[in-house]
Amino acid sequence: MDSISFAKEIRKTILKLVYKAKASHVGGALSMTDILAVLYNGYIKVRPAEPKWEERDMFLLSKGHACTGLYSTLALSGFFTLDELFTYSQNDSRLLSHTSHKVPGVELSTGSLGHAFSVGCGLALSFKRKKNTRKVYVMLSDGELDEGSNWEAILFAPHHKLDNLVAIVDYNKIQSFGSVEEVLNLEPLAKKFDSFGWNAVEIDGHDHAAIENALRAASESKIPTAIIAHTVKGKGVDFMEHELLWHYKSPTEEQFEAAIKQIDQ
Amino acid sequence: MRTAFIQQLVEEARKDEKVFLLTGDLGFSVLEPFINEFPERYLNVGVAEQNMTGIAAGLAMDGWNVFTYSIANFPTLRCIEQIRYDVCYHNLNVKVVSVGAGYAYASLGASHHATEDIGMMRTIPNMIVASPGDPLEARIITTKFVEHNGPCYLRLGKAGEPLVHDKIDTLNIGDGLEVLKGKGTAVLTCGAMLKYAADFIKANEQGFGLYSVPFIKPIDSALLKKIALEYNNIITIEEHQLSGGFGSVVLEAYNDLVQGGELESFPKIKRIGIPDKFISVAGSQEHLRGLAGLNL
Repeated sequence: MDSISFAKEIRKTILKLVYKAKASHVGGALSMTDILAVLYNGYIKVRPAEPKWEERDMFLLSKGHACTGLYSTLALSGFFTLDELFTYSQNDSRLLSHTSHKVPGVELSTGSLGHAFSVGCGLALSFKRKKNTRKVYVMLSDGELDEGSNWEAILFAPHHKLDNLVAIVDYNKIQSFGSVEEVLNLEPLAKKFDSFGWNAVEIDGHDHAAIENALRAASESKIPTAIIAHTVKGKGVDFMEHELLWHYKSPTEEQFEAAIKQIDQ
Repeated sequence: MRTAFIQQLVEEARKDEKVFLLTGDLGFSVLEPFINEFPERYLNVGVAEQNMTGIAAGLAMDGWNVFTYSIANFPTLRCIEQIRYDVCYHNLNVKVVSVGAGYAYASLGASHHATEDIGMMRTIPNMIVASPGDPLEARIITTKFVEHNGPCYLRLGKAGEPLVHDKIDTLNIGDGLEVLKGKGTAVLTCGAMLKYAADFIKANEQGFGLYSVPFIKPIDSALLKKIALEYNNIITIEEHQLSGGFGSVVLEAYNDLVQGGELESFPKIKRIGIPDKFISVAGSQEHLRGLAGLNL
């Protein structure tokens, strides 16, 4: 399957999950879907049949509320069954509504924002000290860059030359209670990373070729790379796109069917 | 105590090549023996305790036996959520070490008074909490923590605490120690109040018993049961807020012993600790202890 088709499957699975569980955060899951589709369509070094493979790359989803995106990607990749995937958010399911490390393929539980970047620095530091070639990818939301802890990590990684660390910002421009620009402006974001010593790259986070090129360039970089991925919240479903409401709302039956139809087209 | 800790950590690091030490830019004239011998297993992360604790979690995920080091509230309260969620929820092999328990950094002010940390750290699942009473306890507990695979909190005094124990035969995680056998009243101490209590009891001839209880979690319920059967009164003394501290742990443990049918009843318990207040005047550690009413 090519990454574009994979992204469609992930998007439909996300919609099914949030519709069935009447869950939130669909907008932020759809905005990062294309990046996940490229990463997990043969780019990142992981083995679905062997989730704890010792030579694997590490992917940390810092924006843990968007877990339906990661769970769907992992289940469709074969880390666990689709039957289990659809236990999402049910009593006794290990698929919590924030990313859970009890789920095969998930490295770190997240949900409180501003945690995974530092953990990623620790992993990258460890791989460096062990002279290991494993890589660390941390996916962050734009809103969570309000958290000061992230800026401790942003200061740390270039100082210690963690060129095996790639930060990806899912910059969908909408945070929990308003637009990023209105709540706490991040601009100029790429320049901020650049001035902290990062290889900062801005891309269209829905352009698969651009995503893959940025990832390949990151692996050549001698300094840590920040991929600022300009994305659209709710991407792929026109009535969800750019809408704060879809940080919270779960689709009705009609909306769900309309959304699936749009993605299938 | 901090010197005993670092000397022991160096010894343990010679045996366990997974030991890794992180500091939040503190430890001048303390950490150098470790830094000089194990530069590849040491890092000063800068004045950034949240990042330090997250980095510790990442290192532990890749197999390291990580110690984070700083003073007073910085490696604990400043990054309590990283400790709770990144370290303890994932049950990672990270040991948090804080120097300056209670009023050890007396004149430095409330920012440096570690007087609420026990209450916060002991409520977190998977976390072991210890506050050694003298440098010998600190040494042994350092070894036990290196050997233990999971989150631990080591609450150290500062430098220069005198030895109270001549020797300790065994001290495992969760053990309390009988220091002086007595009659009528047993004094239970946690942390560096041990020396004060030992001196007080020796100077006053009331025949109090003395027990050092360095492990706040897990608490030594077997020892508490034995004390209850031998004494009529118990006094707990600690350099920490009364709320949620060592005395609270002892009360809770006795209540659980009665609820569980292990004891019919338990002795009267007087708790000595900080009565829900900050101290904002300068002074020595002893002076501040006096202002807080930490007297037998």
